[in-house]
Amino acid sequence: MQATSRNFKDNAHEALADPNLQKAMGFVRTGFIEKRKAAADALPEFEALRDSARDIKNHTLANLDHYLERYESKATENGAQVHWCATAEDARQTVLEICRSVGARTATKGKSMIAEEIGLNDFLEKNEIEPIETDLGEYIIQLRKEPPSHIIAPAVHVTQDQVEADFRSHHKHLKPDRPLAEPQQLVAEAREMLRQKYLDADVGITGANFLIAETGTSVIVTNEGNGDLTQILPKVHIVIASIEKVIPTLDDLGVILRVLARSATGQEMSSYTTLSTGPRRPEDPDGPEQYHVVILDNGRSSMLGTEYQEMLRCIRCGACMNHCPVYHAVGGHSYGWVYVGPMGAVLTPSLIGVDQAGHLPNASTFCGRCESVCPVRIPLPKMMRHWREREFERNLNPPAQRWGIRAWAFLARRPGLYRAVTGLQVRALGLLGRRRGRFASLPLAGGWTRHRDFPAPQGRTFQQRWAERRRESGRSAA
Amino acid sequence: MTENKNESSPLAGLFVTCLVDLMRPSVGFAAVTLLERAGCRVEVPEAQTCCGQPAYNSGDRADTKAIARQVVAAFEPYDYVVAPSGSCAAMIRDHYPALFADEPDFAPRAKAVADKTHELVSFLADQRGLDSVPGRFEGRVTYHDSCSGLRELGVKAQPRRLLARVAGLELKELRDAEVCCGFGGTFCVKYPEISDKIVSEKCAAIEESGADLLLAGDLGCLLNMAGKLKRRGAGVQARHVAEVLAGELADPAIGEPERSPGRS
Repeated sequence: MQATSRNFKDNAHEALADPNLQKAMGFVRTGFIEKRKAAADALPEFEALRDSARDIKNHTLANLDHYLERYESKATENGAQVHWCATAEDARQTVLEICRSVGARTATKGKSMIAEEIGLNDFLEKNEIEPIETDLGEYIIQLRKEPPSHIIAPAVHVTQDQVEADFRSHHKHLKPDRPLAEPQQLVAEAREMLRQKYLDADVGITGANFLIAETGTSVIVTNEGNGDLTQILPKVHIVIASIEKVIPTLDDLGVILRVLARSATGQEMSSYTTLSTGPRRPEDPDGPEQYHVVILDNGRSSMLGTEYQEMLRCIRCGACMNHCPVYHAVGGHSYGWVYVGPMGAVLTPSLIGVDQAGHLPNASTFCGRCESVCPVRIPLPKMMRHWREREFERNLNPPAQRWGIRAWAFLARRPGLYRAVTGLQVRALGLLGRRRGRFASLPLAGGWTRHRDFPAPQGRTFQQRWAERRRESGRSAA
Repeated sequence: MTENKNESSPLAGLFVTCLVDLMRPSVGFAAVTLLERAGCRVEVPEAQTCCGQPAYNSGDRADTKAIARQVVAAFEPYDYVVAPSGSCAAMIRDHYPALFADEPDFAPRAKAVADKTHELVSFLADQRGLDSVPGRFEGRVTYHDSCSGLRELGVKAQPRRLLARVAGLELKELRDAEVCCGFGGTFCVKYPEISDKIVSEKCAAIEESGADLLLAGDLGCLLNMAGKLKRRGAGVQARHVAEVLAGELADPAIGEPERSPGRS
């Protein structure tokens, strides 16, 4: 996917003026938040589970090579073919070769952010293999030729009316009087369209929420059952996952699943939790003949040992974006790449470069609500600040901002000079603003006064008044 | 008012904060009143300017550390460091120790100052057990939980507890009180359109609350919300919570014109 993160401001400007997007984001602002809170409040050990989940991921990351190798040897033992891919290009080629080896013409797909990250759909289409998204949200945005705007609810930016219009324009068989006003009617229509495609597909591609080192198992959690049909019906199942998806044991999975769905949608568990361990065995009633696992690095290993390592704990629940006021305001597409909201603001610069994605860690108020709900306690604001530090060191932020901060800091480091300069300024502003109490516009403060008034200062600084009070009380004591 | 000002009373260094110093000194005086009421002696070191957050959150670590050293040195002599701001208190309390974690010579000094630093209202309620305040206010107020105080310092119940002691005051809780107001320091001028969207949502909730007066514990957030309320033509006024708790309401509310001499 071509990144447009450099255009974050323009993207955001458009998003703020888009009535459909603003309407659609309403659910994120309320629904997700209330549901997560109810689920968390209902489980007394929820906070302790967050600690455990964090510790499991920390332990895994500290021994990542060990667990990846262990996963590979167990998976291979079970009949899996494991493919290590350093780059997105490697992963695309690997998937294509597997598809070609069986003469595939269509591939059904479960929801996978890694597939988005490597731009798999466009690539397969160019190579004459038709990718068919089977997750309802992914299906909708595939029709609309859009990227996802949320990591678990890819079409959250689309209103129901828009989905109905998309279905009517793409599903040529639909009679105009067929009712599609209710969500269930939309689901039924998508299901009808997809049913035969599941059966016809040569290859099924899914992501993985987890890879279990102990057993060589890949795990997906879904709510629609589409992932199961995608991976069981075709003769080839390809799992695409990134290196940080590995966890040591099935017991660890049990811990992390307890925080995942609660944090994401407020469910105790997702509707389907599906474990896949190798291809169909002779005694199995169903399953794929070939089971491939494509494991992608794409820059993640270079985050190990840096201040961004903790980001690799992320289990992709989406709670951070669900609770982010900036995400609520501008939606996911403004971020300009696959990962959005606070987790995207930290991860995207790591994966595509801070020179490309420098806006993202800056576009945060540091309100900290993301960190307060992260099921694995990733200090997202701290890491966004680290990105700002890297930008400052490399002179990547706008010169006016840099010089503004440096000039202010020059004064702030010299209290005497600071008092003299600021004392004069607020005195003048205080006098000018006394009558109205505020300014509707101020030179050099357009960013502020374009949208709000600037309250006038009271006139003299606290330090001036305090010194005066001290002198007076000194005199009266004498 | 200063009944406990003998030599054995704890000595609080007031970290005024740059915004209170420059924009609204009346908040600083209200803080002094409340601290004295809670049995502290108060001093205001001259060698303070700002806690360093504008530089810190802009990625300018070198200037941040220089400013932080200055703050640590200025406030070492006091029993407590108290700031009428959750965001500045959290900067000193949570972030200074992290800034100097790799400097064994200075880290203990930063940690010592951090450990005795408090946000004003939580200090009064939790550390000093203040259970009566001089303020009186006839009217309905609403309270915005500023993000740093709420999430970094756990300031939530304390202001409500003390506001319940203000005679005549009726608290109308704000919808989405824990959602950011969109200020975010330099964020509001770096991304003005997004900040505007967030503060507009906040102001709609404030107007909906039916309160006459908006209170909060951080002046940055208050300037943002008051400025937007004024621009929207809303009738809700805004003040720092310390002003109401101390009963020091002679100065006009934030962004309001000076009263004509005839009125009290």
